[in-house]
Amino acid sequence: MKPQFALLNQEIINKILDEAMHLLQDPGVRVHNKEALSLLADAGAKVDFEKQLAFIPEKIIKQAVESCPKDFYLYNLDGERAVHYGGDDIQFDPGSAAVSILDNHTQKQRRPVTEDFVKFVKLVEMLPQLDAQSTSMICADVPEEIGDLYRLYLALLFMRKPIITGAFRKDTWWVMKEMLTAVAGGEKQLAEKPFAVFDVCPSPPLLWSDLTCQNMIDCARHNIPSELVSMPLTGATSPVTLLGAVVQHAAENLSGVVICQLANPGAPIVWGGSPAAFDMRQGTTPMGAVETWMIDCAYSEVGKSMNMPTHAYLGMTDAKVIDAQCGLESSGGALMAALAGVNMISGAGMMDFESCQSFEKLVIDAEIIGMAKRLKDGLKPRDETLALDLIRKHGHNADYLADPHTLKWFNQELFLPSPVIDRRTYDSWVNAGEKTVLERAEERVGDLLKKYKPPAINEKMKVELRNITEKAARKFGMHKLPEIE
Amino acid sequence: MPDTLLENIKQAVIDSDAETIPVLTEKAIKEGFEPLEIIDTALVAGMQVVGEKYECGEYFLPHLIISASGMKKAMEILKPHLQSRNQEIEKAGTVVIGTVQGDIHEIGKTLVATILSANGFEVHDLGVDVSIEKFIEAIREHNANVVGLSALLTTTMTVQRDIIEALKEHGLRDKVKVIIGGAPVNKDWAEKIGADGFADDAIRAVAVLKDLL
Repeated sequence: MKPQFALLNQEIINKILDEAMHLLQDPGVRVHNKEALSLLADAGAKVDFEKQLAFIPEKIIKQAVESCPKDFYLYNLDGERAVHYGGDDIQFDPGSAAVSILDNHTQKQRRPVTEDFVKFVKLVEMLPQLDAQSTSMICADVPEEIGDLYRLYLALLFMRKPIITGAFRKDTWWVMKEMLTAVAGGEKQLAEKPFAVFDVCPSPPLLWSDLTCQNMIDCARHNIPSELVSMPLTGATSPVTLLGAVVQHAAENLSGVVICQLANPGAPIVWGGSPAAFDMRQGTTPMGAVETWMIDCAYSEVGKSMNMPTHAYLGMTDAKVIDAQCGLESSGGALMAALAGVNMISGAGMMDFESCQSFEKLVIDAEIIGMAKRLKDGLKPRDETLALDLIRKHGHNADYLADPHTLKWFNQELFLPSPVIDRRTYDSWVNAGEKTVLERAEERVGDLLKKYKPPAINEKMKVELRNITEKAARKFGMHKLPEIE
Repeated sequence: MPDTLLENIKQAVIDSDAETIPVLTEKAIKEGFEPLEIIDTALVAGMQVVGEKYECGEYFLPHLIISASGMKKAMEILKPHLQSRNQEIEKAGTVVIGTVQGDIHEIGKTLVATILSANGFEVHDLGVDVSIEKFIEAIREHNANVVGLSALLTTTMTVQRDIIEALKEHGLRDKVKVIIGGAPVNKDWAEKIGADGFADDAIRAVAVLKDLL
């Protein structure tokens, strides 16, 4: 009995998809990429090359949806299956591409540097609740032009888990692919056992920029999975009605599916997104708004109705420090996404919308994720009778702690949190130093980093990755990469 | 005693009734009201109330934007009448604004443009994905004293720096104040690239500019 959660019924899903397909015919989708426009024209879509506008008939869309893989795996760097995109399986990775980090000493934001990201990658490796890495922050100590590939370089030196990443330019995608190929041992191996996913983001409303469209096509051609990240903003770049936003999301994602599948039928692609309920006072994009979670879960249902693997940016907060708002918003989104069965839930560690990462929040979020996974796992009958035999055996005695049955099942029935979560008695908490959640989280960060052991990557590989990165860095005026501990 | 028609225009601004504002403005001109009187006692006075209602939490962004767009339409109607009288409205400044090359994010930039024009700035909105040359050209053409550069991507924020460099090359850096905005942009970045001002929301942009000018 796995808990289920639904916001839509089949009738409304059909209506969403029907309206989305109509939108792709009128007013059509803007595609600022020549290759994609040609692919669409060759497939029979009406294309206005001058206006960079495509009108996609329903038949092409349905064919594309049909040719998408219904599920696929990501592998860890030991070659084992680590993430399953498909069905109702849920997995979590950190929020990506933060431009700042919450400094744990000052509790103020600052720009992240190499050392921060390396620490973060290690921490993600050490947290069992997290299923994948992400290129979670942008290091300010290298030129902005190599910000994307530099993150991947660092992650590849310290990670074993698969990674969710993305390119910021057309040319840097190729450098990143070169790194992935080097680690996989060849293009064929990379396609057979993918361990990286590229996020590709259409721009609302109904636009594919040249960069992200090219990234998606290049991924498809090499059988590297890509993740569609459509992000309508209610009442700003999309209708204010939540269902209206879901329709626009579906139209944007469907157009992505078409371009991807035309580039290479059968290439793995994920139905994802990062919509937000636009804040009508501050003009911001709250990730902690209940309506943001509702749009995410609803579009995930739409994706699932077509048997697409799904993704969402959830489990984040708009809070600027680690406080009650931070905890409540992160929990709400993560729990809802888990119940909705979103395959990859990205957001751990992230705060201040999608702009800041925090080590301490990451370890707190790991507890939330632990609880979310426990919830999703549901209630299971463990014995032949649910309790009849066992309770009869004990009669009226409260002595279950001494029963081997308790020992056998307790750590499967109960999620056992780390000391980040306080469950002490009041006196015991006072005696232990009256530590707040932030202090306990800081301690856990320190403990986990102490225990981290770097993977045995051969020196030749390290040199190869370094050479690839240095070559790219030189193009943008950096001749010596920052030191890595 | 204020005239009922002018009161009604003011009320339409306060009610964010963008369709009625230009209709009543047209009517006021036909009935012989002076354009400056319409602006001062109806439009600006109405916008002021909208601003106050926004500040105290009663109104939200859609009110602000829709009232401002109604006012803009009214100003277009009044423009020829001001010109024929050789009258001018004192402007707070001339702003050229746009989202930088490679970036097509519109919303923050448009918000700032709208709020600035409702606050008496002459605003030339160049749209999105605006090339460096277009910024330079527009600054010269409109004799602007402010340029606003929006970038929402970490990849395009670097263009803000490029534009500041280009302003120096073209000898325009001393003539314009550069304000920057966008999600990845903060005060440190503004200082790093030598921008004059940074505002993290549209409302504050007005205060930042008034301080600068």
